[in-house]
Amino acid sequence: MRTRERWTFLAAAVLLVVVLPALNALPQGSPFRVSNFTLNLFGKYLTYAILALGIDLIWGYAGVLSLGHGVFFGLGAYAMGMHLMLEIGAKGVYQNVLPDFMVWNRVTELPLFWRPFKSALFTLLAVVLVPGIVAAVFGFLTFRSRIRGVYFSIITQALALCAWLTFNRNTMNLGGTNGLSGFKTMFGFPLNEASTQRGLYVATALCLCGAYVLCRWIVRSPAGRVLVAIRDSETRVLFCGYSPAAFKLFVFTVSAALAGVAGALYVGQVGIITPARIGVLPSIEMIIWVAVGGRGTLIGPVVGAFGVNWLQSLLTTHYPDLWILALGGMFVAVVLFVPDGIVGTAQKLMARFGGAKTPEAAAARSEEAKAVEMTSR
Amino acid sequence: MFIRLLLALALLPGLTAPAAAQGATSSPAPEIVKAIAEVASSDAAVQEGAAVALGKTGDRTLLPLLEALREGSVYVRSLPGGKKETVIVGDKVNEGDKTLVPLFTAYGREPIRSADGKPLLADLSKLQEVPTGRSLRLVLRPLIDAFSGTTQLADPDWTVRQAAAVKMGNGGDAGALPALTDALAKEKDRWVRYAIEEAIALIQLKSGSPAERVNAATRLGALGGGDALDRLRELANAADAPPALKQAAADAVKRVERWSLLTQTIQVMFQGVSLSSILLLMALGLAIIFGLMGVINMAHGELMALGAYATYVTQGWFQGHAPGFFGYYFLVALPLSFLVAGAAGFALERGVIRFLYGRPLETLLLTWGISLMIQQGLRLWFGAANVDVISPTWLSGGLPVMVGIQLPYNRLFIIGLATVAVAAMYLLLFKTDAGLRVRAVTQNRGMAACLGVRSRRVDALTFALGAGLAGIAGCALTQIGNVGPELGQNYIVDSFMVVVTGGVGKLLGTILAALGIGGLNKIIEPGFGAVFGKVAILVVVIVFIQRRPSGLFAAKGRYADS
Amino acid sequence: MTVGASPGGSIIYLEDVTVDFDGFKALNGLNFYMDYKELRVVIGPNGAGKTTLLDVISGKVRPSAGRVIFGRNIDLVGRRENEIAGLGIGRKFQTPSVFANLMVRENLELALARSSKGVFPTLKARLSGEQRERLDATLDSIGLLGQAGTRAGGLSHGEKQWLEIGMVMVQDAELLLVDEPVAGMTDEETEKTGRLLEGVAEERAVLVIEHDMEFVRRIARTVTVLHEGGVLCEGPVDKIQSDERVMEVYLGRSRDADA
Repeated sequence: MRTRERWTFLAAAVLLVVVLPALNALPQGSPFRVSNFTLNLFGKYLTYAILALGIDLIWGYAGVLSLGHGVFFGLGAYAMGMHLMLEIGAKGVYQNVLPDFMVWNRVTELPLFWRPFKSALFTLLAVVLVPGIVAAVFGFLTFRSRIRGVYFSIITQALALCAWLTFNRNTMNLGGTNGLSGFKTMFGFPLNEASTQRGLYVATALCLCGAYVLCRWIVRSPAGRVLVAIRDSETRVLFCGYSPAAFKLFVFTVSAALAGVAGALYVGQVGIITPARIGVLPSIEMIIWVAVGGRGTLIGPVVGAFGVNWLQSLLTTHYPDLWILALGGMFVAVVLFVPDGIVGTAQKLMARFGGAKTPEAAAARSEEAKAVEMTSR
Repeated sequence: MFIRLLLALALLPGLTAPAAAQGATSSPAPEIVKAIAEVASSDAAVQEGAAVALGKTGDRTLLPLLEALREGSVYVRSLPGGKKETVIVGDKVNEGDKTLVPLFTAYGREPIRSADGKPLLADLSKLQEVPTGRSLRLVLRPLIDAFSGTTQLADPDWTVRQAAAVKMGNGGDAGALPALTDALAKEKDRWVRYAIEEAIALIQLKSGSPAERVNAATRLGALGGGDALDRLRELANAADAPPALKQAAADAVKRVERWSLLTQTIQVMFQGVSLSSILLLMALGLAIIFGLMGVINMAHGELMALGAYATYVTQGWFQGHAPGFFGYYFLVALPLSFLVAGAAGFALERGVIRFLYGRPLETLLLTWGISLMIQQGLRLWFGAANVDVISPTWLSGGLPVMVGIQLPYNRLFIIGLATVAVAAMYLLLFKTDAGLRVRAVTQNRGMAACLGVRSRRVDALTFALGAGLAGIAGCALTQIGNVGPELGQNYIVDSFMVVVTGGVGKLLGTILAALGIGGLNKIIEPGFGAVFGKVAILVVVIVFIQRRPSGLFAAKGRYADS
Repeated sequence: MTVGASPGGSIIYLEDVTVDFDGFKALNGLNFYMDYKELRVVIGPNGAGKTTLLDVISGKVRPSAGRVIFGRNIDLVGRRENEIAGLGIGRKFQTPSVFANLMVRENLELALARSSKGVFPTLKARLSGEQRERLDATLDSIGLLGQAGTRAGGLSHGEKQWLEIGMVMVQDAELLLVDEPVAGMTDEETEKTGRLLEGVAEERAVLVIEHDMEFVRRIARTVTVLHEGGVLCEGPVDKIQSDERVMEVYLGRSRDADA
């Protein structure tokens, strides 16, 4: 990394990973204390930021719009949720080793696919691998047959719908509409204790830093340039000797795995996962985080995930009716007026007035030129 | 078919009900007089016997008595000279501490008058109440049903007659036989005749002589109706049934099963076509917009919802301002919803979408945003709950085509509507100048503009047309499903799949894809359930697109990649 | 006709190739071959199958019949485009297609021959000093050294064409397929493009499709005339230009097409 960028990154990482949790650990009543609630909220936003980074990788760089990322988020979340359900053991309402909803549904034996989730190690692997494998298989089938553009978007949206329908079914033994909740401990640590939540927050912040470094490594490598090239002209990439399908499959899988990690961290901090998080609407909402923040930049998705969700909690508490309108308005406004998002636009302005020459700024400029090109058609 | 419906609609108000007002009260036959007296007996067995005897006469004049018995408003009054009379009492009137009741005759429920011709009021405490036990009420119910059945068998509306026959058949009461036989002799409608025949056979199967029962079983097999299947199966497996009857029942079961396999197949096919036509109606507008500008209009579902709400508002207006013409509201709502959704589409295209040509993914996100706003707008305006849209009478009910199959009018109407819409689109796109312009812009925007086609106008109008079709689809959906702010969401992903499978801008592809997906859905659904049916469809579509990445009828060759 | 390896010395050999677009035969039993390091120009009226010929060789279109043999004995039919590119066949499209969002140098870097163009090798790939020099040399020869750090989307039409030619050059292709390289160029640009192609052809075989007869005369040694999906005739420019059949089908029609 360039020096300036490295220092900015380090400063942000220290702020998120060390300073915030440290402030939270201050004694009650201290004026600088960050409340448990705020830290938890931040933790949730951080998981969204990890998810948004993944979406940016596939959409912002490779230009492939997936409307099904809620599914991958959900797979990670459910994988972790299943382990947490089993950790409850006989401490549930029905004093049964089976999760409460199974007792309620008169399931007498733990379904086969639940059993491996007793192992923490397996769960941690599954959090990454299950969404990754699903994405790999789905991506293989679609990219190989050169399904792209809106076709791909629509197919992934159908995937989200199907997953939502499936997870809602009681017969799937995944808790139906109510999903998984009522967790008590995570790897032995009681979830209702501030220290566990703080630990989870730190883990999430570290994961976000890791995800950022990973994404940065990918987009700065020659492979990252292939991704941008795919966005520009898939056919030309093909005739340069690269298989666009393979590259898209790769980032799609990485992106799904990141979504899975985000989902797993989400479950621990929010304490519930339901099918409502994985359907068509949440899947497309994730896109707006990236769009608002600025796609094709790595900071954009993080900013967008924080900004949009902060706005959402603000509006839903004070003007619940307005949130959906605002969300819709955001889609319209971003597409029409701020196609580069907050970060992209800021970089563009900086580049214009400050002459900064970061690659992101260059990418932003190119976006602008592209937009001009398109509108002049 | 549509014309027939309209005719029926026009004629209905003209028809009056020539309800057979049976017999002015003449003096009853002696055995009836005896039974009337016995019905008031304190011995429950005598009472029930008398009630059945009264029922068996089939004399409609006795219906009020039976009904009164069930309600417990039959009393016995003592006449001068020690004679007793069974009477029906009317509503109570309190006068001081006395409770007075008007009296009616048991036979025909004629008011009993005092010497001065005024209705006779009697002191309730002087009358002796006839007890109505539970077992008597049980006996009475089929008797009364048989009477009402007989009335309904003469109803001018054939569906009422048919329903009455089916009910009587299921009741299985032998007392209904004379009425049924009577009605059969007069009946002209094929489907009512069939229902009556089946009812007679069912009753005979239950309570006829051994020979009659065998006969009835055979006839039921020949008729092929599914209603009799359980009864026949039971008989075929009954250990104590006579062998001949068992054999006849078993044969009949086989025939009925074979027939019902046929009807079920046809039923599934019809449901498939019906779903396909709904998908087609929705996908048609979507496909036209997609074909023209490569844009998946995510707000299509909400344009449909606009059409549906336009229908709801129209219906409300008719209810409030022209209740007499309520049956016609749908004919007004249909074009109106086209206009409302079309106008919204026009505004959408002029307002925002035209800035985004050539950027399909951006347009997709933008239209999604619009869809959220429309949805929330509807929710705020009309409320989040579903609203009721009442079907006009000419769209309720169904057309019987063969035994066991009745095709609902609303479904038939939607199939017809989809057909008309497709035909209209075909004519518009391929047989008119306007269509030529649309196709020119679709294929080569720049070139078309050079040739003097005002491509912007074409864009706006085509978008409006597509949106208007969505409105029509929404209007049609009000007749078969709930109308709520989320109306569009329920079908929208399916219709996207249709468009994607059908290929870009290919009318025939869209039609075939709609038929394929709709049909497949209905074939898979019984086996896998609705949810896994949807999953299976997704899998099939993905596998299908493996083979033909650009849909069913993609242009081949050198354009395939552009 | 014998079935087997291509006749000695051919880099590309098409045998009885037919391409059928819904009944329209874009290529009809075409036989065509080219020598190593040959510069061949293919001409023909619109719809003769010129672009389809390139599509078949580069794997974009799969022939319904026939064989396409590259080098000694590699059958190209059924292979994917990137695989064929990896075997050493480069293609330059008619409309300039460069990666608008990448720098000029990055465009070349992407096209640069690598030991593997799979996902993981590409992730870890780093330029060697030699490769760097090669990029600079190529940038110099296509005259874009000064613009190496600018976005390719901002180049002029001619510059984009040269960049694309540069991309196929660094791709180390043994056979270059070039579709109408000078369409829409100014005279100076055309001249420069001609020089570029001649330079390129010194080390590899080049198949050029061109309409501009003046340009054809300038660069061509052997010319193949396609007509209705088959080879009408083949030979030196002068001979072709005086051929009556060619006058009839090509020049006559091309005048119509230009009108």
